[in-house]
Formats: sequence, structure tokens, C-alpha cells
Amino acid sequence: MKLDSKIPEGPLAEKWSKHKFNIKLVNPANKRKYDIIVVGTGLAGASAAASFGELGYNVKSFCFQDSPRRAHSIAAQGGINAAKNYQNDGDSVYRLFYDTVKGGDYRSREGNVHRLAEVSVDIIDQCVAQGVPFAREYGGLLANRSFGGAQVSRTFYARGQTGQQLLLGAYSALSRQVANGKVKLYPREEMLDLVMIDGEAHGIVTRNLLTGKIESHSAHAVVLATGGYGNVFYLSTNAMGSNVTAAWRAHKKGAFMANPCYTQIHPTCIPVSGDHQSKLTLMSESLRNDGRVWVPKSKEDAEKIRKGQLKGVDLPEDKRDYYLERKYPSFGNLVPRDVASRNAKEVCDDGRGVNKTGLAVFLDFADAIKRDGEDLIKAKYGNLFDMYLQITGEDPYKMPMKIYPAVHYTMGGLWVDYNLMTNVPGLYAIGEANFSDHGANRLGASALMQGLADGYFVIPYTIGDYLARIPSAKISTDHEAFKTAEAEVKKRLDNLLSINGSKTVDEFHKDLGHIMWEYCGMSRNEAGLKKAKVEIKKLREEFWKNVKVLGTNDELNQSLEKANRVADFLELGELMVDDALNRSESCGGHFREESQTEEGEAKRKDDEFSYVAAWEYNGVDKEETLNKEDLVFENVKLTQRSYK
Amino acid sequence: MKIKLKVWRQKNQQDKGGFKAYDVDDVSDDMSFLEMFDVLNEQLVKKNEDPIHFDHDCREGICGACSMYINGRPHGPEQTTTCQLHMRSFKDGDTITVEPWRAKAFPVIKDLVVDRGAFDRIIQSGGYVSVNTGGVPDANDIPIPKKIADHAFDSATCIGCGACVAACKNSSAMLFVSAKVSQLAMLPQGQVERKTRAENMVSQMDDEGFGSCSNTGACEAECPKGISLENIARLNREYLNAKVTSDNI
Ligand SMILES: Cc1cc2nc3c(=O)[nH]c(=O)nc-3n(C[C@H](O)[C@H](O)[C@H](O)COP(=O)(O)OP(=O)(O)OC[C@H]3O[C@@H](n4cnc5c(N)ncnc54)[C@H](O)[C@@H]3O)c2cc1C
Ligand code: SF4
Ligand code: FES
Repeated sequence: MKLDSKIPEGPLAEKWSKHKFNIKLVNPANKRKYDIIVVGTGLAGASAAASFGELGYNVKSFCFQDSPRRAHSIAAQGGINAAKNYQNDGDSVYRLFYDTVKGGDYRSREGNVHRLAEVSVDIIDQCVAQGVPFAREYGGLLANRSFGGAQVSRTFYARGQTGQQLLLGAYSALSRQVANGKVKLYPREEMLDLVMIDGEAHGIVTRNLLTGKIESHSAHAVVLATGGYGNVFYLSTNAMGSNVTAAWRAHKKGAFMANPCYTQIHPTCIPVSGDHQSKLTLMSESLRNDGRVWVPKSKEDAEKIRKGQLKGVDLPEDKRDYYLERKYPSFGNLVPRDVASRNAKEVCDDGRGVNKTGLAVFLDFADAIKRDGEDLIKAKYGNLFDMYLQITGEDPYKMPMKIYPAVHYTMGGLWVDYNLMTNVPGLYAIGEANFSDHGANRLGASALMQGLADGYFVIPYTIGDYLARIPSAKISTDHEAFKTAEAEVKKRLDNLLSINGSKTVDEFHKDLGHIMWEYCGMSRNEAGLKKAKVEIKKLREEFWKNVKVLGTNDELNQSLEKANRVADFLELGELMVDDALNRSESCGGHFREESQTEEGEAKRKDDEFSYVAAWEYNGVDKEETLNKEDLVFENVKLTQRSYK
Repeated sequence: MKIKLKVWRQKNQQDKGGFKAYDVDDVSDDMSFLEMFDVLNEQLVKKNEDPIHFDHDCREGICGACSMYINGRPHGPEQTTTCQLHMRSFKDGDTITVEPWRAKAFPVIKDLVVDRGAFDRIIQSGGYVSVNTGGVPDANDIPIPKKIADHAFDSATCIGCGACVAACKNSSAMLFVSAKVSQLAMLPQGQVERKTRAENMVSQMDDEGFGSCSNTGACEAECPKGISLENIARLNREYLNAKVTSDNI
């Protein structure tokens, strides 16, 4: 199928304004005749639902948590980018655009990214007007910091809780529309299928998580803001409930999944401490500004440290390998996320890891404390050090921290055009759930920006263009399509409950996670990926024969919820492997061992792979079809990244 | 280490519920309290027993979902969330009693899961600034003294967990309500609706069946985010002032 990205013609900086002028509008009096379903209440979903309500549409808003305020966005720490140039340090819309395209390793669309940079400035205004308490300077103006190696200070933040404050802002706007009667909330209600009528998205089927009731909801358009799928790896920094189900069910109904193999692995997370581990905790990237990363030079010393016979602090300076500083003299400890992560893996694979499991490197603040004093370090990182102490029981003021990379973010997602509509008419995807703006690698503090850009400032316009073209007559849930979808959902749930095998859902999830991490994680190769494909298939077969899910459908049943989600991860995992196999170049977060420079750095193949890989579902256990959207670069010149 | 648990089991809202005892062996210091429950639940499932239901999501102390009443204290012995509590806070052989939040306004749904929808409805009654998307002034048009912004931030860090209600003998929601009212009362953006907000949120709080505040300070002592009693004092002032010169006309 030919994919039309619908990027408007004309100069880059004028595309969005022209587009806004050209798209159709729904007459204000007619807006109340249209119903919109928004699944998800994170930054993207809450901001979209609130904005739709303000415009006059009727909105139904869904989330699986008990309250919209608990969506995973709440956990974001570091900050949100915007091209305000308040610091007068040379930032501009164009620079943010350029940095994002380059940071994404030239695998995103110029048009989308430029729009993102343009609306970034409005986001900050909006949030401040809502009462979001961003950090400020003594003069009362907003403070900024530089984040993730950016050369300008464009990151706005609210201590280490930026996601929380932004989400509470969006949640308050949403709550106001609930009070106004324009938005109806459906918490603890999980979308389990998309309903299509005559090829258009017209509703969803949900399960009420408290009663098990399967319900149909109809609308003129459906917006998925259901977040990322990092939990396919079992262990990740995502919230426990984050899942792919909504996006995956939409995929099975015809929506293309784009670049599913692009995963971001964050270098500074607290390492796994044992088999009981249920999730991984991120330690902010900012720590690398002052911490030095190292492992022992020799395997023998590393072994002693692992066994507790030697302490890291006691190892003399000349026996330490500050490998990032050694290999990348100009960037040192501040190399981008993917480079830092891969190097940590490399030294641990080499037998030089420093905790019980052998999967950890040191992040050492001793020099910084000596240089700046403990008080200054405390002022900068106090809350992170406390959190570290709380979780690990070790005091980072006295001993070097131990860190290891962990899955953090998924750049891939549902394919969308410039209007954020998927290839299914009437179905939209926003926030982390879509693939649009980050290419093969996302810059720090840009996910929050994208979620709010999509929800506040893009989709409220673009959805009108679609709605204005379709009739406003109410869609009835009596339609055959709803009945069929409900029946399918029920059948699947009954099926899960009737297997009564011997292996728990978590055991399957962990097995899947191991396969994905081993073969489709920080570095990938053809043989490994082929092996993963076979193993995932086997695991999926076993799941449907041997999973153990207790209880019934007619109650709060958390095992059933999990089983349902893991079943979808088992299908998604295989597609990620397919995508990683197909893309035999290295780019951004996707490192193919076959495609590296002589120094072992990632090597892109622009002639072959300058495209978006959009996958089309063909039915159970059938191979998916690859559709390509070519990426055209008219404004930036493609270069290989180098941090030497 | 080995831990003995006494956990509240309740099949649904109608069920009377009661405690059940469990032994968990192989508990390590590094485990979080919820991971200890994961281990127990895996064992229960293997034995064909219904796993213990509890709310949780981020497991980073920020979403406010987790909510266990541990040995008579919301979120247990440390001033943190249940998910950030680690087993090194307990000793080998300890018996730990775990219950759901207890409050009329938070009915138990199942086991340790309660319904905190009342908090959402309180926010809906006025916990916002009424601005639409777009058409707002530039973010730097209104400078805000750093001290005020920092103070407002402190109030804004409430995670809506409900521990304050669970800790209070009257099941009062004053700490939660006052945190939001304070945040917006301190900021210039919150001024226009300052009075109606205080009145409407307090009235919704009363309608939801939360008790009144008798200033014992139990809420502050248990709040995982350190929301202080100053907020309650401010809410009292705001409310009084609003009542005297009400904008609800
Ligand atoms: C620890 C951590 C720190 C981060 N820090 C930063 C940072 O500093 N800066 C930055 O820019 N980014 C950061 N990120 C990334 C960023 O937080 C996320 O990408 C972003 O918040 C995603 O927002 P979202 O609205 O797309 O989805 P989410 O916030 O994940 O929301 C998903 C919503 O969908 C709902 N949902 C999902 N499936 C269903 C279903 N089937 N039925 C019903 N509802 C469903 C959920 O209930 C939820 O409401 C961080 C991420 C993590 C994990
Ligand atoms: S005030 Fe504290 S205890 Fe109460 S809901 Fe907020 S964070 Fe929880
Ligand atoms: S699970 Fe989110 S605060 Fe505990």
C-alpha cells in the first residue's frame, strides 16, 4: 500500500500555518454533534480530551488506572524542552528542529519535527497558565537547564518531578471539562478492541476492570494515547501496567505499526538486584554531568568486587578503566544514551561488571565531591542520592553508585500521517503510542514535549478536518460490528480462563523479556534475531496451552488483566524482531552488529534504509507485509554521528 | 529472612472480609514490599489460590496508586509510599499486618483495593484554573517570586494516595484538599477563582463523607510527600475569607 504522509507542500517553516489554514473546520454549533473517544489519560490523552471538550465535542476518556492522574506520564523526572530561547543562548525553533532530527539519527520526518519545535513554545505558556509550578530564578522568571548533552539550556523543569506537574496540569484541565459535562471519564476500563464500520474507526470494546462487564462505546473518531510498549522486555522503567494492548488490537484491525524495533535503552538505571525484580528505576541523566563511569581494568579485580572481597572505593586509580573518557575523549561521560548503554554492556560482557549479577558499572562522585564539596553535590542531586539509598541500601556519598542500562522508551508505534491519523480513517494515535517525531532515538525531555504538542496543539485542529467530512448522525452500538467485536473479546477471555495450565503469567512474561533483552536489546545480529523469532513463536504456543489464570471474568481479576496484556506482547515481540532483522543498518537505538565502523561505532546505511518501516497485519501466525514510507530531507544534511 | 503476614482478604464490596495468615520465606533485604507480595502471589497462584489484589503502577513513589495499611500505619514504618518501602525495614521472623485504607469515603473493592474516586470528584469541583487551550499570555509575562513558586511546588507534589485520610481518626481529607487549594492560592494564576475554589472543594469534600479535621497532625506524619499542616491552616484562612466575602453570588 502507498503510504501518504500528507506533509504539506511549501517551505518548512510555513507548512504548519498553511496547513491550519487549509484544513476544514467544524462549525462551532455542530461540534456538539460529534463524539470522540480518547483512550489514555497521560500527557497526550488528557491534554487532547480536555482540549476537545473545550472546543465543544463530546468526549469519552478511558484509562485502566483508578484515576486519570495516575497515568505513566506522572513518573517523568527530568524536564520538557521548548524553543523559548529565554536564556538568550542561541536557541531557536530551527535549532530544536535540527537537534531533534539529528538526535533521531535522520529517521524522522522533517515536517513533523519542525511543527513540534514550533508549538513547543505554546506548551510552556499553557502549562504556566494552568498553575504548573515550574522552577524559577530569583528574578521570578522561569529557569532552564541543559539536558542530555544539548548545547543550549532549553529544558523547563519542576525539580525531579516534571512529568507529575505537567500531568496534574493536564488532569486539572480534564477535570474541569468533566465538571462542565463535556468529558465523561471511564477509569478502570480497558480497551480490548477497535470497532470498524465500513472501513472507518467508529468505536471500541472495553472491559470494566471492576465488574468484568464487556461494553461497547461508539464515536465518530477514536484517539489512542495509550503510551509505549517497553514492558515487552518485562523489566523496564515503565509503570507496571504500561502495555501495548490498545495499539496492538488496532494493528490487528488494520493500523500499521511503524519502526517497532526502535527502543531506547537508558544508561543510568539502578541495576537488577535479584529474580524478584519487578521493575527498574531510572536515575536521572543529569548525574552523568558530575559522575565518572568506570569498571576495573582486570577481570580478576572485578571478580573480587563481585564476591565482596574488595570494595570499589579501595581499588587504586591506575587499576580503573574510565572507559567512556578513554574511548570518547571529547564527550567523555556525556556521550548520548545509546552509546553509553552499549559500552556498559560491552564491559560487562567482558566479565568486568561490578555487582553480584555482573551487570553493573560504577558511577563515581568521589572526584566531584572532592572538587565541589559534599554540600554542592547534595544540593544538585540530593533527592536522587536519597532515592538510591532507599532502594539499594548503599550510600552514594561514600561508595560509587552502581548503574546499568534499562529499557526506557519506545520510538516505534502506530504509523500516523501529518494529521496524526493512522492509515485507518478516523483512528488517531498520539504521544508515545505513535511513531512520529523521534526517529530512531529520542532526545531527553522531548517525550513530554511531544505528548503535549500532540494533545493540546495538533490534534484539536487536525481532527476537525476529518470530522467536517463525515456525517454527524449518531453511531449506534447496535451495529453488527460491535456485536462481533464483543463476542471475540469474550471468547478470548474465556479461552484464557479455561486453559488452567501450570505456568503463571509472570513466568511467561519473564521468559519473553529474557528473549527480547538478549537478542533484540542493546545490540542485535542476524543469527540472534532469527533465534529469537523461533523462541518467541514457541513461547507463544506454550502460552496458549499452558498458562494459568485463576478466577472468573466477572470480578476484579488482575491475573486476567495481565494475561491479556502478555498475550499481546508475545505477538508484538515477534514483529519487533522482524523489523530489527529487516533493518540491517545501525541507527539510533537500533544497533546491528553487522553494521559498524572500524572503531565499533554505529553505521547508518542511508541509501538503503532512509525509510519508515510500516508493518501490515495479515492474520494469525502469518508474516506481516512491509510498507515503506521514504524519508525526504530537504533542509538538513545527513551526517554520521561522531562523539570521539 | 522469613516473614509472617496477616492480610485482609475480602472478595468484593458485599463480602464481610477477614484476615488470613501467610508465610513468606526467602525474603531478601533488597525486595520492595510489593515485590514480596509478588512472590507470595506467585506461590498462591501455583496453589490455585486467588492472588491478593492491591493497587500499584509506577512503583517509584509518584503515581499514588499503592495504598497498604501496614502494621497500623498507612504505607508502613517509613515516611514513604508502600512501593518504596523495602524489606530491609523489617526483621527475620516479623509478623506484618496488612489492611486496606479504612474510610467511609473509600469503600473497599477487593482485598487491599479501595475506591478513591472521591478525590477525583473533589478536584472536579474546582481544583483547576479555568483557562482553555491557547490564547494564554507568554509564560514569562507574570514573574513569580522564587520562594512563592517553590512553596506552591511543595503543595503541588501531593500524589493523591489517600494516606492522610487513612491516618486520620476522623477520615478527614483536609490535607489533600488543602494542598491543591494552597498551590493555586499562592500563584497569580489561581487568584481569579481563589474564593469559589476553596468553597466548592470544601463543600464537595463534605458531600463525599470525609470527616472533619481536629488538627491531630496524623496526616502530616504519614504523608509520603511531606505535605505540611501549614496547608491546612491556609485552607482554613482561605475558606473563612471566602465565606465572609463570597464570590458565589
Ligand atoms: C521513569 C521515566 C522518566 C521519564 N522522564 C522523562 C523526561 O524527563 N522527559 C521526557 O520528555 N520524557 C520522559 N519520559 C518519557 C515520557 O514520560 C513518556 O514517553 C510519556 O509520558 C508518555 O505519555 P503518553 O501520554 O503517551 O502515555 P502514558 O502516560 O503512558 O499514558 C498511557 C495512558 O493510556 C492508558 N491505557 C493504556 N492502554 C490502555 C487500554 N488498553 N485501555 C484503556 N486505557 C489504556 C493508561 O491508563 C494511561 O492513561 C520518562 C519515562 C519514564 C519511564
Ligand atoms: S496529602 Fe499526602 S497523604 Fe494525602 S493524598 Fe496527598 S500525598 Fe497522599
Ligand atoms: S505504585 Fe506508584 S506510588 Fe507506589
